[in-house]
Amino acid sequence: MLEVTGLHVAYGGIQAVRSITFHVKQGETVALIGANGAGKTSTLKAISRVIDAVGGDVHFCGEKITRLLPHDIIRKGIALVPEGRGVFPRLTVAENLAMGAYVRDDKADIALDMERMYAYFPRLKERAGQLAGTLSGGEQQMLAIGRALMSRPKMLLLDEPSMGLAPIMVQKIFEVVRAVAAEGMTILLIEQNAKLALESSQRGYVMESGQITLNGESAKLLDDPKVRAAYLGE
Amino acid sequence: MDIFLQQIINGLVQGSIYALVALGYTMVYGIMGLINFAHGEVVMIGTLVTITVAGTMIKAGMPVVLAGFAGLSASVLVCMALGWGLERIAYRPLRNAPRLTPLITAIGMSIVLQNLAMMIWGRNYMTFPPLLPKMDFEVAGANFTAVQLIIVLVSSLTMGGLLLLVYRTKLGMAMRATSQNPAVASLMGVNINRVIAAAFVIGSALGALAGVMVGTYYEIAHYQMGFMLGLKAFTAAVLGGIGNLAGAMLGGVLLGIIEALGAGYIGDLTGGFLGSHYQDIFAFIVLIIVLMFKPSGLFGEKTGDRA
Ligand SMILES: Nc1ncnc2c1ncn2[C@@H]1O[C@H](COP(=O)(O)OP(=O)(O)OP(=O)(O)O)[C@@H](O)[C@H]1O
Ligand SMILES: [Mg+2]
Repeated sequence: MLEVTGLHVAYGGIQAVRSITFHVKQGETVALIGANGAGKTSTLKAISRVIDAVGGDVHFCGEKITRLLPHDIIRKGIALVPEGRGVFPRLTVAENLAMGAYVRDDKADIALDMERMYAYFPRLKERAGQLAGTLSGGEQQMLAIGRALMSRPKMLLLDEPSMGLAPIMVQKIFEVVRAVAAEGMTILLIEQNAKLALESSQRGYVMESGQITLNGESAKLLDDPKVRAAYLGE
Repeated sequence: MDIFLQQIINGLVQGSIYALVALGYTMVYGIMGLINFAHGEVVMIGTLVTITVAGTMIKAGMPVVLAGFAGLSASVLVCMALGWGLERIAYRPLRNAPRLTPLITAIGMSIVLQNLAMMIWGRNYMTFPPLLPKMDFEVAGANFTAVQLIIVLVSSLTMGGLLLLVYRTKLGMAMRATSQNPAVASLMGVNINRVIAAAFVIGSALGALAGVMVGTYYEIAHYQMGFMLGLKAFTAAVLGGIGNLAGAMLGGVLLGIIEALGAGYIGDLTGGFLGSHYQDIFAFIVLIIVLMFKPSGLFGEKTGDRA
């Protein structure tokens, strides 16, 4: 479904991503793990065109999307939950969700989806009229995921949904991620928490200094001595 | 005649005009952090276009009502096009430049527009055709005219409409989202360029309306009139908290009233040393005080909220 070939990202002289190639099949959850500064966020940003890649191509559902603009990428069906959540602080929770549905015009269905998000995250329903900037980090993460789902994407890109959250909150969020995946959503999951990411995915890629150094089935990666040593603290 | 009440009324009228113009500054600043110093010139061109269109039609013997509507429409359309063009030609190429660059460009555009207006309309003061009937009312010892009443009414309605647009429509929501986080707004499918253009176009339309009001109120216009008006409206926007719509409205009205009261009492306060023609200093005293003690203005968000 998503095919990334030879993607290269640089900030001035810093080579953040060096010609990486990977793919995600329809209905799969794929983890992309790696240490701080490995280039994970840069990869997602280049796919959703928040930044320009220096080289390489991105195909989605067989169509080349490398040169589209961010506001067109979402219309192709790719929704990004950005690192650090990026909720609109001075919009209410409900307005943030409505922004997620910006590309849609079917008012009645949007209202239904809104209820669906509230069912995933009852906490958001309680806070529907509250400004998003006043939510806790975990609630903001819920909101960012709900907002991305509001566009009815074909694929979800998640950038470190567990970042800075208490274990209970991480668990709640991953429950929803797994539920969404079980409903057939294609997901590319970025995480520093390698164990969590690999346990929630079918396949995984390991990224180190801008390159993919390992890949395979998540279960096998979890058992790989190199991965265990480098990312699982063993 | 009660001078206090009278000056409040005068201030309210002038303040409504400041508020309309201040909204143009604040909308653009809220969305892209740019102070569009050419906005005062857009207002000036709105006034002068109305003089040409409505004046010509009245001279040709057409009904004043028709001439008024044609003048207003022409002014709004020209200003909207001007606002759109400014953004497209002058500011968009500088979107990622250091902040000083678009600021200097804005000052440059203001000079360009002034000179353009001078070439088209000349250096002389022009009389604004009377578009509204001359009527006076008296309430509790204070006088006001039909023109004053209509200015306050129309600007209140317009501002109400703007608030509805910004807080109740999809475009408005996209504008607010863009002002808070443009990168994420574009991830949601918002075409940032269109939203920024909309802010310029809407702000310019409000400016055109204000320009017609200024002309109707003072019955005189000039190619340099946009400078002082723009500076005061900018002050009003800063007073209310630049980037904040309600702030621009309140700041405008407040500044109008401060000025009017200042002009009414400056003679008494200085023992006749300074006359009411010194009223312009009040706006700048206000600006300096706000910048010194509360640079974020009355309704301003904490600095660092954007970025
Ligand atoms: N805007 C930028 N300007 C310059 N260098 C950048 C910029 N963004 C990222 N980098 C650099 O690019 C490299 C990759 O960064 P990236 O954010 O993609 O890493 P990451 O894998 O997401 O890390 P983390 O797990 O900490 O989020 C890092 O060395 C980083 O310092
Ligand atoms: Mg990252």
